[in-house]
Amino acid sequence: MQADVQAAAKPRAVSASQQRAAKGFRKELKKNFDLYLYLVPGFVYFFVFCYIPMFGLLIAFKDYNIFKGVFASDWVGLQHFRDMLSLPDFYEIVRNTLMLNLLGLIVGFPAPIILAIMLNEVGSKLFKRVSQSLLYLPHFLSWIILGGIIYNILSPKYGIVNELLRSLGLGEIHFMASPFWWVVVYTLSGVWASAGWGTIIYLAAMSNIDPHLYEAAVIDGAGRWRKIIHITIPGIMSTVVILLILNVGHMVSIGFEHPFALMNPVVSDVAEVISTYTYSIGLKGGEFGLTTAIGMVQSLVNLVLILGANYAARKMGREGLW
Amino acid sequence: MTAAAHTAAGPRRKVRRSFTDISFAIFNYTLLTCFTFICLFPFLNTVANSFSSSHAIQAGEVVLWPVEFQLDAMRAVLLDKNIIRSFFVTVFVTVVGTAFNMVFTIITAYPLSRRDLKGRSYFMNYMIFTMMFSGGMIPGFLLVKALGLINTIWALIIPGLISSFNVIIMKTFFQNIPDELREAAIVDGCGNTRFLVQVVLPLSGASIATISLFYAVGHWNSYFAAVLFIDNPDLYTLQVKLRNILLLAQMDTSLEVIQQYDGGLHVIQESLKAATIVFATVPILVVYPFLQKYFVKGALLGSIKG
Repeated sequence: MQADVQAAAKPRAVSASQQRAAKGFRKELKKNFDLYLYLVPGFVYFFVFCYIPMFGLLIAFKDYNIFKGVFASDWVGLQHFRDMLSLPDFYEIVRNTLMLNLLGLIVGFPAPIILAIMLNEVGSKLFKRVSQSLLYLPHFLSWIILGGIIYNILSPKYGIVNELLRSLGLGEIHFMASPFWWVVVYTLSGVWASAGWGTIIYLAAMSNIDPHLYEAAVIDGAGRWRKIIHITIPGIMSTVVILLILNVGHMVSIGFEHPFALMNPVVSDVAEVISTYTYSIGLKGGEFGLTTAIGMVQSLVNLVLILGANYAARKMGREGLW
Repeated sequence: MTAAAHTAAGPRRKVRRSFTDISFAIFNYTLLTCFTFICLFPFLNTVANSFSSSHAIQAGEVVLWPVEFQLDAMRAVLLDKNIIRSFFVTVFVTVVGTAFNMVFTIITAYPLSRRDLKGRSYFMNYMIFTMMFSGGMIPGFLLVKALGLINTIWALIIPGLISSFNVIIMKTFFQNIPDELREAAIVDGCGNTRFLVQVVLPLSGASIATISLFYAVGHWNSYFAAVLFIDNPDLYTLQVKLRNILLLAQMDTSLEVIQQYDGGLHVIQESLKAATIVFATVPILVVYPFLQKYFVKGALLGSIKG
């Protein structure tokens, strides 16, 4: 009996609070109507250019026919994924992507940290400002330009680097034609372009370290090295961890412009990465289904990696991204 | 390094710089100078090449300064109609694109900065998710195609219209404007729009400058979108044109074959290559010193909050 009464009373109670919520929202809408209106273009934009392409992932499961469009094309299930795994190129491009990213991480991640530590120890403000400005410069230039400059200075016949090597009695090195050297150039050029800019974040983190810690260390007789190791580095650890998470989370993606600007047919064994492959086979070659499947796997792995790395960081007691 | 000069307790003490400290400082300055120089050197060499004679370049004489100074290469670049057209295409995209970017970024960021706006966290999540997962290159391309934007200049402006990252930075800037201002404005009968236009925007000059610069540099340097969506040579952007020239030049130096260059048969000279690069870089170099501090400020705020 009791249960029946309660059951009868409940639906009315729920709908009453729902009504209140709806009325509340309507009131909010009226109060800030123009603000909600301002959000409409952004909403539409993200929906059209970000969420609709997500529906386009269906192409990974279909035999896309331009005339039939996405929804009417034939369903082929996991066929593209099977094709992907049996494609010899596939392992190559994944290996290249991972390798270039890993090398980039190993060499490129510490570089801005070390630079920032060095800059932090510089006494002269003028020196600091001038060298920073010069170090940031490559970040503002497109990879087309940077690539052009790199080919210019590494040219076997006319390039200044080989000129130097020749004058030292060493032979010339065809940097951009040798798989080994190409990878070296790729990695170092990545550092060249981003290390300077990367110092900004770390220098900001260092400026947040309590100066009293340094004072106390000096009183205890700590020299520069000690101060760096025991104060500066721990002080920026949380920033380092966050950035490491972000970088690991992007292990399987690779930008298009950096590899594209540096690659040439001779080194495609090591230079072809997921993004460039998708461009040449997918867009130019019309293999929509296959490359969409690859892209989808890539996005998913990305998501898993970034969530995983964040989880790992929080497990270790550090603040993650969220 | 004046850390110990003043302490709250006790008189001023002068710390004797130990030998290790001084040698560390020397080591530090030297190394930093080296790195900065290495960072700059490729540019300086390229600039020197662009004003040197090809003969001097091939003889390996050019290091940091032009040898056998000539202006022919630069002249050839400036007189090339296609290069100049692509330059103006890029200018258009940068100016118009950035204007559009800013309008839409501001009107999206402002509502999100208002803590009293119900439902803003839903929108935030909606926006942030797009930063973590995407449909990829192919669906993106097909979408732009379906919208009929292929081979139009709008393909370079609309697909990248709003960057969620920049919206977040802008929102953070807006949030720094004290609520008291708004409360005072409300008392005076000021609505949301008027407040945005007459109070918030004027106060946000620095952040608007910064975000505009982020967008502008992005447009100027963008290559992939242009190559993806446009194959009409009249609409090539500067970067695309540059790439075409450099690609031909690459093949030229490695194969030593005379290449066809825009209809005429030329040997791409080293100095011409270098001159094209310098031409594409000069605009950025010119504005760089003035705008650099805005970039740094923006990057700082973006990194802390983003």
